Order: sequence, then C-alpha cells, then structure tokens
Amino acid sequence: MNGIPWISVLTAVPIVGALAVLALGGRNKQLTRWVAMGFSLLALLLTLLIWHHFNGASGAMQFQERHVWVAMLGADYRVGIDGLGLLMLLLAAVVVPIGMAASWQINDRVPLYFALVLLLQSCLFGTFTALNFFHWFIFWELSLIPAFFLIRIWGGPKRAPAAMQFLVYTMVGSVAMLLAFLALFLATHTFDFTELAALAQSGQLMPAVVAKLSGHRFMTQHIAMLIFAGAFLGFAVKVPIVPFHTWLPDAYAEAPTGTTILLTGAMSKMGLYGILRILVPIFYPQMQRVLTPLLWLAVATIVLSGYSALAQKDLKRIFAYSSINHLGYCLLAIFAVLKFTGNDAALLSQKYAAMNGALLQMFNHGLTAAAVFWFIALLEKRSGGLRGRGDFGGLRKVVPVMAGLMGIALFSSLGLPGLNGFAGEFLIFKGVFPLAGWAAALSVLGLLVTAIFILGVIQRVFTGPLNPLWVTMSDLTAAERWSLAPVIALMFALGLYPQMVLAVTNSTVMQIVQQIKLAF
Amino acid sequence: MVAWTIYISFLGAVALLLMPKGNAALARTVALLTALAGFALALTAFAQQRTGEMLTVTRVPWIPSLGIQYHLAADGISLSLVLLTGVIAVAGILFSWNIALRTNEFFAFYLLLIGAVYGVFLSYDLFLLFVFYEIVIIPKYFLIAIWGSTRREYGAMKLALYSFVGSAMVLVGLIAAFVVAGAKSMALGDLAGYAFPLHFQMWAFPLVFVGFAILAGLWPFHTWAPTGHVAAPTAASMLLAGVVMKLGAYGCLRVAMTLFPLGLMPWGFHVLGMGSWRDVFAVLAVIGIVYGAMVALVQRDFKFVIGYSSVSHMGFILLGLMTLNQIGLSGAVLQMVSHGILAGLMFAVVGRMVYDRTHTRDLNALGGFNLSRTIPFAAFAFVVAGMGSMGLPGFSGFVAELMIVIGAWRAFPLLAIVVGVGIVVGVAYIWRAMQKAFFAEPGSAVAHEPLAPISIPEKLGAGILIVASVAVGLYPQMLLKIVVPALNSPLFDGLRKGNWQ
Repeated sequence: MNGIPWISVLTAVPIVGALAVLALGGRNKQLTRWVAMGFSLLALLLTLLIWHHFNGASGAMQFQERHVWVAMLGADYRVGIDGLGLLMLLLAAVVVPIGMAASWQINDRVPLYFALVLLLQSCLFGTFTALNFFHWFIFWELSLIPAFFLIRIWGGPKRAPAAMQFLVYTMVGSVAMLLAFLALFLATHTFDFTELAALAQSGQLMPAVVAKLSGHRFMTQHIAMLIFAGAFLGFAVKVPIVPFHTWLPDAYAEAPTGTTILLTGAMSKMGLYGILRILVPIFYPQMQRVLTPLLWLAVATIVLSGYSALAQKDLKRIFAYSSINHLGYCLLAIFAVLKFTGNDAALLSQKYAAMNGALLQMFNHGLTAAAVFWFIALLEKRSGGLRGRGDFGGLRKVVPVMAGLMGIALFSSLGLPGLNGFAGEFLIFKGVFPLAGWAAALSVLGLLVTAIFILGVIQRVFTGPLNPLWVTMSDLTAAERWSLAPVIALMFALGLYPQMVLAVTNSTVMQIVQQIKLAF
Repeated sequence: MVAWTIYISFLGAVALLLMPKGNAALARTVALLTALAGFALALTAFAQQRTGEMLTVTRVPWIPSLGIQYHLAADGISLSLVLLTGVIAVAGILFSWNIALRTNEFFAFYLLLIGAVYGVFLSYDLFLLFVFYEIVIIPKYFLIAIWGSTRREYGAMKLALYSFVGSAMVLVGLIAAFVVAGAKSMALGDLAGYAFPLHFQMWAFPLVFVGFAILAGLWPFHTWAPTGHVAAPTAASMLLAGVVMKLGAYGCLRVAMTLFPLGLMPWGFHVLGMGSWRDVFAVLAVIGIVYGAMVALVQRDFKFVIGYSSVSHMGFILLGLMTLNQIGLSGAVLQMVSHGILAGLMFAVVGRMVYDRTHTRDLNALGGFNLSRTIPFAAFAFVVAGMGSMGLPGFSGFVAELMIVIGAWRAFPLLAIVVGVGIVVGVAYIWRAMQKAFFAEPGSAVAHEPLAPISIPEKLGAGILIVASVAVGLYPQMLLKIVVPALNSPLFDGLRKGNWQ
C-alpha cells in the first residue's frame, strides 16, 4: 500500500523508542516513562492504521515485503500478515501499553526497564509478521533476552532460578526446532513458510527429507516423526503444553507484574501462533498420525492446569495456571480441526467455528489476562507486595470501584456471556464436540474448575469479613480509572460484538482449514 | 598492497624496540597506529576482492635450489581471516592501554605476533607458511611468560611445547610430501595438483591435520588452550583465542585437506562405527563441542569458562571442515571469523574490564562486587558477547553454527543431534557465568574500593568487536560472497572430486 513498508516501520518503532529511552537516561524518570508509553501508543496507532487498510475478505498475505538476504541459506527478508498475523499484532500493540501502565511504579533502572519492554514489543511484532524461518527465528529467540532480564533484574525473591529455568526450557525447545528446520532446509533449500507449506500440501516435503537422511542408521519411517517432534517441542514449551509447562508458574509469579502481563498477554501467543502458522501447515500429516495423543495432551493441559490453579494460594500463580488452562482450549480446537471423520463436508462449518474460536480465544485471553494481572499489580501496590489469596478479605467494602472492575475482568476470565471470554470458548466447544466429542466432554471439567477457583478468588478477596489490615486501603485513583476504562470497554465490546475480530480472522481461518487434507 | 600488513607490523615492532623506554603513551600510540594501518590495508584488500579467487600478491625466488619462493597470495578465505586479524589487533591494543610493565617490549612482541599471523594467512608457498607459523610461537611464549598471571610459566611452556609438537608433525608431513612428489616447488597449487598415492595420503593426512588441529584445540589435544588462555594477559588471550587458534583451523583446511584429500576416503573397514579419518575427526570435534561446554559449565574461574568455551566453539569449526560440503565448509570459515571476534570480546571483558578491576576471577567472589551496577558497560558487553557465543540469531555465531549444523545434518545426522545438546549446554554455561559474575545478589556486605569506570579505549575496543559481530550476523553475505567462490576454486578440486556433495 502506497509503497510504504508498513510492517518494517511498525517493527522499527519500538526499537527506536528503546534507543530514545536509553538515550534519555535516568535523570527524569517520569519523562522516561512517558516517552516509552508514547512510542508504544504510536505503535498501537500504526497497528490500527494497518487494520484499517487491511482487507478482511482476503485470506492471502497482505502488506508483503520481500528482499533477498542470505541467498545461500534461502533466507529472505519476507514479512506479511493475514488475519491471524494482524490479530496478533493488534494484541501485542494493546497489551504492551497495559504492561507499561502496570509497571509505572518501578523505580529502579527505569530507562533499562522500559527499553527492554519496547525491545520485547519489536520482537513480538517481528515474530508475528516474519514469513521466512531464518528471519522469524531471529525474533523468536531474541524475545527471550528482554524477557529474561525483565524477570532477572526486577523480579521477586526467587527470580534467579525462575529466569534461568525459563531461559533454559525455552532454549531446549528452540534448539530442537532449529535442528528440525535445518533438516527441512537440507532437503528443500528453502526456509520460506509458504513454500514449505506448499511442498507439504503436495506431499513432497517429507519424502524429500527422508531421502536425504535415510541410510544414516535412522529407521526411515521414523525420520518424519523425529523432525516433527523437534519442531513440536519448540512450540510445546512456549505455549506451554502439559507436561512442558513447569517453567511457567515460577516465571509468571517471580516476574514483576507488568512483565507478567507481557508474558501472558502477548508472549504466550507466540507458541500458538507458531503452531498455526508453521506446525499445522507444514506438519499436518505427522500431526494426524498422532492426533489422539495430541488431543489427550490438550485435554491434560486444560484439566490439570485447572486443578493446579485450584490448589494455589498466590494470586499470580493461580492466574499463571489459569493462563495454561485458557490456552489449552485453543490447542484443543486446533488439534480437533485436524481430525477427519468421514463426514467432512458437513463438518467444515464446525471446523471453521472451532478455528475461529481458537483465534478469538487467543486475543481474548491476552486481553483478559493482561487486565487481571493489572488488577493484581494494583492490589500489590496497595498491600505492599502481599498477593496471597488469603491475605485479603472483604475488600469490597473499602475499595468498591476496584472490586467492581476487577470482578468484571475475573468474570471475563471465567467466560461469562456478554464479556469477551465467552465467545471464544463457546465457538471452540461448539466446533470440537462434533469432531472429537470425548475430548470436548473431558475438557468441560476444566471449565468447571475454572469457575470454582475464580469464584473462590472473588469470595476470598472481596467478600467476607474485612481484614483489619486493609481498612485504610485507598480505592483506584482517577488516573487509574481512566487508564483502565478503555480496557474494560474493550472487554464488553468484544463480548457483545465478537464480529469485530471474526471479520479479521474468518477468511484466514477458512484458508488454514482448507489447507488441511486427510493425509492417509 | 596487502603484503604490507606483514611488513608494517614487523616495522612497528622494530620501531618500538628502538624507541626510548619509559614513554608508555608514545609506545601505545605507535602500536595503535601500526595496527590501524594494518587494519586499513586489510580492509582495502577485502573491499577490492570481488571474485574470491586466489590472487598472487608477491612472488620472488628465495631458495631456488629447493624451489622455495617468497610467494604471497590471497583468496576469499585468507582475506576474511586477514580482516579478522586486523580487527582483533586494533581491539587488543585498545584493551592493553593499561600495560605499564615494559610497555615497548610488550607491544613489540604483540606486533611481531600480528605480523606473523598475517604472514601465515597470506603465504602461498608452504615453506614460507611454515616459517611464519613458527615465528608466531615465540612472541606468544614471551607475552604469557612475562606479562601473564596465574601459573604463567607453566601455561606458556605448555603452550609452546604443544605448538612445537604440532609443528613437528606438520613439518614431517610437508617434507614427505615434497619428497614423494619429487617436486620442484613448495607452492600450494603445485603440490595440491600432484596426485599423491592413496596409502601415502592415508598417513600423511592425519599427521598434518592433527599437527595443525592441536593449535585449533582439537579434543583430546586441547589441554593447552584453557591453561594458556588463563595465564595470558588480556591482549594475548584475545590474540590466542581470536586468531592463533584460527591458524590451526586454517592450516587444516588450507594444507592438510587441500594436499591430501584422499586421506578422507573410507578405509574400507570400521572401528567403533567409524570408517574413515573423516569420521574420526568429526567425532572428536563433536566430543570437543559437548565436552568443552560441559566443562565450562562447572568452572569456578571466569577465564576458564571462556577458555573451555573456545574449545567447544573450535569443535564447530573442525566439524564444519569434516562435513566436506559447501555449506559446512563455508560455515567453518564463517565460524573462524565469528569465534575470533566473540572470543576476543569475551576475554576482553573478563580479563581487562573485570579482572583488572576486581583482581579476582572466582565467579562466587565476583558476585560480591555487584558488577552490573558498578560497571554496567562490562555487563552489557558480556551479555552481547554471550548472546553471540551461544548462537543467538542476529549475531555472527548463529549464521556460522547454523551453516555448520546444516552441513552436519547432511553428512552426519546422528552427530547433528548430539551437537544440539552441545548448543543447549552452551546456553547454560554462558548464562550461569553471566548470572554469577554480573547479576548475583551482593549478599555479603564486603566493602570494596570503588571500581574505576570503564575507560574510553575499552569502550571503543568493545564497540568495534560488537559492531563486527552484528555486521557479520546480519549480513553474512559480506563474507560468503568471497568465501564460497574460494571454496569452489580449482585449489579444492581434489576435495571436491572425492567427497564434495
């Protein structure tokens, strides 16, 4: 459009912001915070502009840019967005200002903190727009660095092991994925996602890889699965899928809450995005081979994380597990769409529903989780860092506005109709029941547990006898109310009019679903 | 022109020895100007090289009766490494700005070493190459023995002995080749063109390869490297890891593999699953990658961590050479440059920025200094170097290791998976060292003298190395466009005919 490389500009804006913030230095902390916020709002504005010019009726890549980079490695600089990419851009652009607002009280090394947040935003934009593995992987890996330091420097008492665990887990996954893609490159001489997907579609990809690697003591039939397992591991750790999730509660709990918002709101979507953009189009034959185990993993992710949340006492850990649970529904939908039951023409609309639900849920979870953690940050600020489920009680009486607004966010997380959390989960279950009834039925347990632990939180924190410690707690300030207002409004808007998101995603969803064929 | 990199370095060394003692500032300036001139020449030659093919620079008869000539030539591979040498030389001098003991001699030895390194990379005549290769050992020994620290005599002597054993093996191989070929010339091209008998290559190849690979830190002949690095003064560690180890790798490629390509052919029988020297060295290289990383993971001495990390990264180079495919070989050359830059940066941070201020390299003790606050620039530089070293995309290490692993997937798929383990351990040891040294909680309230802030030369030196690494990382084409044609040149015909894929 107009020859302006919109996506490159968008990716560059936060980096420029990071440099500007660093150049300002720590003399005037308030100014530093506002400059950082200004750049993130500029990025939001740009994203909205892109949305405005985006053609939702087309499922093809738009805003494409392509330049040869390292010819020998098949590495092009190729970026572009479809509905999925745009949705993720919007999410990242919304979540980062929220994370900054929730980090306003951070007072130590302010320029570095906000520079790292902006750097993280650039990496997110890059990950969600890159269409060549080489270039995508740069952002995917680089995003670990700001996240690591945000946890490591500003985190809670056990930040060192938490940050390390986060880094090493993710790196193991990334290296496995890298090795898998190098094997693909070896056979195809391309890193381009579209080309790889086209090869997978025509059924040439895996035979080519097998031909390259066979005769080297591997069992031929296992090569394709081995390559798939490597790629899968990279995403499974990132999402995370049970049992690769153990890094997440520690990282979320120890990170400063503003950072937790970024981790859960935007970074956790990198894994799901990768599954949709890379794993499904390129590896769907292998995924279909192990579809039942994959569905079991999704069910386990949903149910086990729900029960784990029930057992937690720290509010941040509760919602860390709740995040795993919510993303589990997306996994359930994505895996169920791969299923073919013999009645496929009739089920196509169910598949569209499930997939649309998954995308909607990704956006909604990002928004809701960001809001919930923001409220936790506000609570922490008033309680001097206390955030145990049992540390409060009866807050409704002293901070009615906060109780009310946080209640909205919590109910959204619970999936109350009328709020944003509902539509996605509804579409997912609507679509998955006809495709994989047993998995959907088991997953309902997760919905049930979610309701229990969220209502438990509301009950323990806001109702009951007032904890005498908090008699003097102050309610939300005007500034806090005004900054929360757009987020709450967005939650209602999406709850009542999910079409806003579906208009962006629907064509892309149809494209993704139609690409998947029965491989056997 | 590029030949002047050698002469100007030697001239600088002589000038420094002739100059009046006691004026350290003058000595530093002269050394820096000399290194800068060398760097400028290297850069000019690099920029002018378009095709990557071997171009003769100077050629005059030297010992006509033996067919030995003073013959310098450069192709894409040599020029990449010459450029690396120029970068490291400048940065090393910037990081030696605080040398007060016998400054003139220090820089004289330093420049002598640099000049000889340029010489090795530019030699086309193998006798000449060997002469330069030997000259390198002498200043290396003195730099460590006089200006070194922990167990410096031991480290220097071990390094010198290992080097001499290696060169003896190389010399035997070269003389044998000269005799067998009955040649009238020691020029690389002439000897490479001669078809040595298979059984001769089968023993000459491992002899010469190991002779060079000792200096490249091939496991299990690597043990000189960590002790030598630790004992050496900062600038010498930088040179040692940055360029001297590359001499070994360069020799493996340029001499051993070029002259005796048939030595890589299968033996016709298997021992422990290995059926050729190629398999043997690939396995040793991978052991080096994983072993070096694992040992680095448990070190308490900061410099030992970096020392063992060099062993691990040099393993990548040797593995890349053994893949015998274009992408793996190009990756190996790229890794030579990349590791030179990053190891230089790491040793600069550890030796100069940290050790010269805190006088300890014990990772647990360093935690008490709260270095990420007192000298944040050092923490920043180490984080960048660490990210590059662990192969994070965007830095030179990533492209290089990526290409090597692609090559390895093709040649040795099982080893490629083991390398994955090595990469993960590599991430772990870098972050462990970084956490302990820079980000540990200052628990015990030990009162320390305030640390001197990072000086301008240090920042400049680190800046040069960081820019170099990011430039190669983001635009590897810069090197690849001359390295790849060089690998496709007739010089490597033998290698290509045998096993090239």
